Amino acid sequence: MRADFIFEKTTKVFAFLSVAIVSLMGFLLLMESWPSIQQSGFLFLIKKVWDPVIHDYGALPFVYGTLVSSGLALIMAIPLSLGVAIFLSELAPYYLRRPIAFLVELLAAIPSVIYGLWGLFYLVPLLREKVEPFFIDRFGFLPFFEGPPYGIGMLPAAILLAIMIIPIISSISRDVMQAVPQHQREAALALGATRWETTRVAVLRYGKSGIFGAIFLGLGRALGETMAVTMVIGNRPDISLSLFAPSHTMASVIANEFAEASSDLYLSALAEIGLVLFLVTFLVNMIARLLVMKTAKPFAAV
Amino acid sequence: MKIKIEKLNAWFGKNQALKNVSLAIPVNTVLAVIGPSGCGKSTLVRCLNRMHETIGSAKWEGKIVLDEESIADFDPVTLRRRVGMIFQRPNPFPTMSILENVTAGLRLNGMRNKKELESIAEISLKKAALWEEVKEKLHQPGVSLSGGQQQRLCIARALAVDPEVLLMDEPCSSLDPISTTHIEELIHELREHYTIVIVTHNMQQAARVSDDTAFLYMGDLVEHGATKKLFTNPKEKRTEEYITGRFG
Ligand SMILES: Nc1ncnc2c1ncn2[C@@H]1O[C@H](COP(=O)(O)OP(=O)(O)OP(=O)(O)O)[C@@H](O)[C@H]1O
Ligand SMILES: [Mg+2]
Repeated sequence: MRADFIFEKTTKVFAFLSVAIVSLMGFLLLMESWPSIQQSGFLFLIKKVWDPVIHDYGALPFVYGTLVSSGLALIMAIPLSLGVAIFLSELAPYYLRRPIAFLVELLAAIPSVIYGLWGLFYLVPLLREKVEPFFIDRFGFLPFFEGPPYGIGMLPAAILLAIMIIPIISSISRDVMQAVPQHQREAALALGATRWETTRVAVLRYGKSGIFGAIFLGLGRALGETMAVTMVIGNRPDISLSLFAPSHTMASVIANEFAEASSDLYLSALAEIGLVLFLVTFLVNMIARLLVMKTAKPFAAV
Repeated sequence: MKIKIEKLNAWFGKNQALKNVSLAIPVNTVLAVIGPSGCGKSTLVRCLNRMHETIGSAKWEGKIVLDEESIADFDPVTLRRRVGMIFQRPNPFPTMSILENVTAGLRLNGMRNKKELESIAEISLKKAALWEEVKEKLHQPGVSLSGGQQQRLCIARALAVDPEVLLMDEPCSSLDPISTTHIEELIHELREHYTIVIVTHNMQQAARVSDDTAFLYMGDLVEHGATKKLFTNPKEKRTEEYITGRFG
């Protein structure tokens, strides 16, 4: 009894502590960013100019860079991840499922600086010498393929992000698909559904919200990813439609400029970017968890 | 004969679940499959629509003939449209309404005409003796029904694709006595148009609903014959022991 009491109290303290730490972080960020918030208010988020020299701080280029790089990463990662998940959960021969799932999950364990290095040494030169000239040649008239082939820029950042979130999205959607009861698949098969129809009707539909949750978790990771992106994105606070242009994200500007931020307002502006990123990723992850939770006990009789 | 099974052997990995089973099922009759748990009843019916082989380690050998044609030569998808299946636990699609559930098979077949879908749904629900209970709420989720209603919904869903054979694997085992009576009455009506194979643990049920009975024991077909005869005057000692409840 007494041991139970202590056990309950200590776990309660730890649970409370983790909530307290997160709240404290949010609060400290708010404190730090207060001067900047006072200076420019909501304008901060939609102002295009970021010029520390003249103390002009607008976060729009970073917001834009974060949204676009994450969005592009999702566009690339969703079909691939769902393909991997469907393959692993529905199609692959049984003896292949575990090893492949294991390898895919291993991808998530690689430190992001390694992805960054791979990006710098392999991906960026490839883009600079082969891919980008090709597109500029043929489709250079489109705004998405404008400008010189730097190699670094939005495109490699988005590709790295996509590779980095594929393991999360695919392993969680695979878990969701595995949680679909076998009797649902058999119901579809017994009606004469093909394998693909069974996957669509019985598996994807049943696990829909969980799969959205998996996608949101991937998004949460992409929004906050710092190291690999900083290494390849070019770190220039410009807003350009071109995939080949150097860009910047909220995470990368903090990592890049924090050490050299010379004035209080500069620091405060970076902190405000951090605050926004904190809130957004918090929200995205919360939505993701709720969605995944919903498929854990999805269809209690109404 | 609607279905002929010759020397059917079935395995899960190394574990043999059916050994040399041979029997025939005349058209528009009800065959009850009985036997103790684990004797291979489910495996037998799941071989008939080739659902058995969808399990990773499963395989089968032997010959199963549907209307003179070996089912090994069928595309499983086509076969399963002719041989419908009802499962032990009602398994409506939870994301679909009652109407969508009934028409799921038809829509898979590519039928899009709303009028046609609705009229077939009505006919199927009537055949499954569910129409009166759900006609006012066709757009509510299928899982909002009671267990017995859900099972009849699944029967309607199977009937909608117009099969010739219905396989029922313990269709009443998760239902209350009243729902069970409903389903049994339903089987009486359906036997006019369908060939039915029903797995059951309930001797009385087997005696009530079937024309023929097959008794399986540890993968062997011990005895197979007219239900009346098998229950009143079994040839095999093991059959007698089982139906009188001395083991199983
Ligand atoms: N999915 C499976 N994987 C491996 N072995 C299985 C599987 N399903 C059944 N078996 C084995 O096959 C044998 C026959 O099982 P089956 O399900 O056909 O029995 P049953 O007569 O339907 O039993 P019950 O009355 O309990 O439903 C059993 O020994 C069982 O352990
Ligand atoms: Mg069974």
